[in-house]
Amino acid sequence: MEPVALNGVKVAESPDGIEGAGFFATSLDKAVGMARKNSIWPLPFATSCCGIEFMATMGSHYDLARFGSERLSFSPRQADLLMVMGTIAKKMGPILRQVYEQMAEPRWVLSVGACASSGGIFDTYSVLQGIDRIIPVDVYVPGCPPRPEQIIDGILNIQKLVENESLRRRDSAEYKAMLNKYGIE
Amino acid sequence: MENTETEDRIVTLLKEKFTEDFISSETPYQFLTIHLRPANIISIIRFLYTQEKFQYLTTLCGIHYPELKSISVMYQLHNLVENKRIRLKIFLPEGKPEVDTLTTVFPAANWMERETYDFYGVTFKGHPNLKRILNVEDMIMFPMRKEFPLEDQTREDKNNAMFGR
Amino acid sequence: MQEVKEIVPGQVTHKEEKQYTYLNLGPTHPATHGIFQNVLKMDGEIIVEATPTIGYIHRAFEKLAERRPFYQITTLTDRMNYCSSPINNMGWHMTVEKLLKIEVPKRAQYLRVIIMELSRISDHIICNTIIGQDVGATTGFLYLFQFRERIYEIFEEICGARLTTNIGRIGGMERNFSDKAWDKLYKWLEDFPPALQEFANLLERNRIFMDRTINCGPLSVDMALAYSFSGPNLRAAGVDYDVRVMNPYSSYEEFDFTVPVGTQGDTYDRFMVRQHEMRESLKIIHQAIEKVKKEPKDIYKANVPEFVLPPKEDVYNNMEALIYHFKNVMGETDVPKGEVYHCVEGGNGELGFYLISDGGRTPFRLHFRRPCFIFYQAYPEMIKGTMLSDAIITMSSMNVIAGELDA
Repeated sequence: MEPVALNGVKVAESPDGIEGAGFFATSLDKAVGMARKNSIWPLPFATSCCGIEFMATMGSHYDLARFGSERLSFSPRQADLLMVMGTIAKKMGPILRQVYEQMAEPRWVLSVGACASSGGIFDTYSVLQGIDRIIPVDVYVPGCPPRPEQIIDGILNIQKLVENESLRRRDSAEYKAMLNKYGIE
Repeated sequence: MENTETEDRIVTLLKEKFTEDFISSETPYQFLTIHLRPANIISIIRFLYTQEKFQYLTTLCGIHYPELKSISVMYQLHNLVENKRIRLKIFLPEGKPEVDTLTTVFPAANWMERETYDFYGVTFKGHPNLKRILNVEDMIMFPMRKEFPLEDQTREDKNNAMFGR
Repeated sequence: MQEVKEIVPGQVTHKEEKQYTYLNLGPTHPATHGIFQNVLKMDGEIIVEATPTIGYIHRAFEKLAERRPFYQITTLTDRMNYCSSPINNMGWHMTVEKLLKIEVPKRAQYLRVIIMELSRISDHIICNTIIGQDVGATTGFLYLFQFRERIYEIFEEICGARLTTNIGRIGGMERNFSDKAWDKLYKWLEDFPPALQEFANLLERNRIFMDRTINCGPLSVDMALAYSFSGPNLRAAGVDYDVRVMNPYSSYEEFDFTVPVGTQGDTYDRFMVRQHEMRESLKIIHQAIEKVKKEPKDIYKANVPEFVLPPKEDVYNNMEALIYHFKNVMGETDVPKGEVYHCVEGGNGELGFYLISDGGRTPFRLHFRRPCFIFYQAYPEMIKGTMLSDAIITMSSMNVIAGELDA
């Protein structure tokens, strides 16, 4: 049955569970997943043109805030999602890596735009051909620049990943092996 | 192309005052271009600054001519009051491109000369801070020279054959 | 026995070394609009010295341009000043037309003027609303960005893209403006002036805003000319140098508009110069629409099939068009040798293209005269002796765009 609040507004679907008078029992994974997915605080790492499309996405027309990303955090310690938007040059690589390492777990990375995903049209000596050479990426949004709807689609895919992530993933050996591949402790 | 009166006057003036440095002058697309020897370029520009009022530096860049074995530095000046523009080109030997700095006349030349050094390796004698500006500090090669390749040679994911190289 | 020094009240008996703090501003910083770094040497809250580092987004445009044929370089110019890409595109096309000595028909020139002025307004909207946001007034940003979205919709009707437009072709435009584009433009011209006035009411004569921005980051005329400033920053300092007036291109000499000039060159002057420029741009767009109506309706480009891809229907049905298509893509057309310099009034100043062609398909050398790169040199001078918060709004009022800074 569709959950409907008092004034007819549709609210988020609650996970399966046992309901009773004054209590609701569900698995911790699902509850935490639902809470996390609807309150992702992004760190906009905007370097070039995709950053302007991000500004348009945050504007009132395409409003990203309604997906829970109201508070943009420029401090890595307080951010959940690193949105890399724009070209990353080789000079900027170490800085991006430092910002990623400073983020606290759980953290996700969204690579917005062709330049961040693969170097884009800039197949040159000074541009890093994709940020996945230095940090692990969860979702790639192609486009040059991607339309705001595409960026929102990327965020929705991140939400799917966040919702379904197991609580023990960040401690697992597999995850640690992946980080080791990038040289991150 | 026929020069206008003022262009003729400037060319004659420069020919008289700086006879050994003057090589040639032409006006491609109605833009007075003068080729000069690099030794006294700063005094020439200072002369143009004070006497002819070319007091705005539009741009400064390097050009690599591999068949002439030289790296050229192009200065473009603008006289805002009378709306005249002039282009000066000097040709430096590829092996040792050195010239005096323009920052004593135009502070705006500071970063423009750093960019020319970064791209072509032209040393500007007397520059306050001649370091690389756009590329990474520890790069050894000068990327805009014609022999330097455009692409990063260590990348494996882009197949040169498919990209027509 | 130790000698006892006479103690005189008020005299400093030993000098303490002045201690400075080094603060790293950037490259990732919420308030710097783009990635460039400044290491500030600070004496408490006052900035004593600043050491800028740029190049964090160096994409080697000039080297890339030596590899691309002329019509492919337009996509590179898009990404320089990405807030007003159509101006960069048009500037590049005009440079190539100057080299190839192509005469663009009047109607195409007027259409170009409309697009360039729309993108100038869009660039100034970003700059002014972000000045507002940096001093704490976010409302203007949210109000005016709606109109920026509608400018994007107009660009989309004309060329298909919002931000990196690749608009126009060598010799004119790629297609005529559709009726829908004209409708959107007329509707926008009705709705935008009241919104601009609303934004102006919020900030222009606002006591707090004026106290915050007047005398903040002043720029004298001598320093501005010595550092080769151009555009709104130079005009705010008091010099009325506008490339549209000095070296008119694309029929700008037929338009009637004033060039706003400030007095002190501080942040408030730069804000107001951009506000007035937006109003002047609206006047120019109205005049251009009137002029377009007087020209025959179906002209939108010059007839230069050697340099512009012909329409696909002709390519499949017409032998000549097929040959031109082949010659264009394979680069078999003759390009004259020569060197040409053309400049346009970009969102930030004189945007110049210095092109040397050696007769080949790609340029021999292409140098972009980027205004942001040239005037950002003066930033450390401008913020000496000011406080950190003033330095931040000085930077945002200069409208430094990282894509153009590093190129």
